[in-house]
Amino acid sequence: MLSISTTRRGLLAAGAAFGATVLTEGAPTIIQPAQAQGLAPTGSMRGGANNYRPNAPIVQRIGNGGFWMSGTVRRAVDGAPLPGIRIQIWAHTTEGYETDAHSHGATLTDANGVFRLEMPQIIPAFGQAHGHLAYDDDAFQTVFLRPVMQSSRDKSLKADFVLQSA
Amino acid sequence: MPWMRAALIWAVVAGAIVVSLAVAATSPLLAWRGPVYVVAGFAGVLALALVLLQPLLAAGYLPGLPVPRGRRVHRWVGAALVAAIIIHVAGLWLTSPPDVVDALLFDSPTPFSAWGVVAMWAAFAAALLAALRRPLRIRPRLWRLGHAVLVVLVVLCGVVHALLIEGTMGSVSKLVLCALVVAATAVALFDLRAAMLLTRPKPQDRHL
Repeated sequence: MLSISTTRRGLLAAGAAFGATVLTEGAPTIIQPAQAQGLAPTGSMRGGANNYRPNAPIVQRIGNGGFWMSGTVRRAVDGAPLPGIRIQIWAHTTEGYETDAHSHGATLTDANGVFRLEMPQIIPAFGQAHGHLAYDDDAFQTVFLRPVMQSSRDKSLKADFVLQSA
Repeated sequence: MPWMRAALIWAVVAGAIVVSLAVAATSPLLAWRGPVYVVAGFAGVLALALVLLQPLLAAGYLPGLPVPRGRRVHRWVGAALVAAIIIHVAGLWLTSPPDVVDALLFDSPTPFSAWGVVAMWAAFAAALLAALRRPLRIRPRLWRLGHAVLVVLVVLCGVVHALLIEGTMGSVSKLVLCALVVAATAVALFDLRAAMLLTRPKPQDRHL
């Protein structure tokens, strides 16, 4: 039988050891039920759908480019990469507002579930340099993302999707 | 030399306001904003500048504008502040309606939005209280305490709102303006014994 010390020193030592394990190796599965069932789906972010335009066209590049939006799309639970998934991207850039149609464009993921679309430089708007991405087709549940740039001088931004069957 | 003191006070106050507005007016971000968004942003900068004037006018600190005159100007600046906030919010609404709706409903992803909205309502309430004070014969104790509490909310929330935003204001001039706003409000409230109302017994009402 496992012997558990019940002295104060013993409990403190055990607690510290557990804490150190969680910090260095992540929480054990018993306190992470979502992970235990596989890859958790990405939830929509607050404000992610703002100024979304359904059915924005698939484009080679938004405007004159110079900035890269990229990411991956995977399936929830097993994490399999999803090819041919349509992702819409839009932002307030050097070439237009989020509300402008020409600020929007869509692209498809490749065989590895990776998407990458060139667009104009994102600039701070409404107090924060941020982009918008949407998955909004029938096969999976809709997800709207609104990643924020670490620095408004960044030349790229990444956002990953984990989609859940509709 | 009293004239030097007067000149220094005006130089600091006017300097902080003019430099803040000038830096915002030359921001590179303006190149990618239409006129409505530019005006909306400027109204916000101007509102912060007016918030600096308010405690100085209320307490009569500005040379040439002692208490009776300063208070009259304070009322006009208060009205201008309310107008600036309305232009700020309306302009942002026209620029990106869903972002402003989210902010007003406290459902915005940006942490500074909620601070701005609280500051806005507090400023409206402070102005409304001032406007209704005579018609409703609001008791002096309630009036002073209410106006002081609302004003503290305006200043603290407004400053946090401004500091968290990456916008047209320069970071140094913004920090200086915010520090002056907080300092001026604190000194004026202390000087006008706004907090004494919380501790002093009622009879003081007669002297207010």
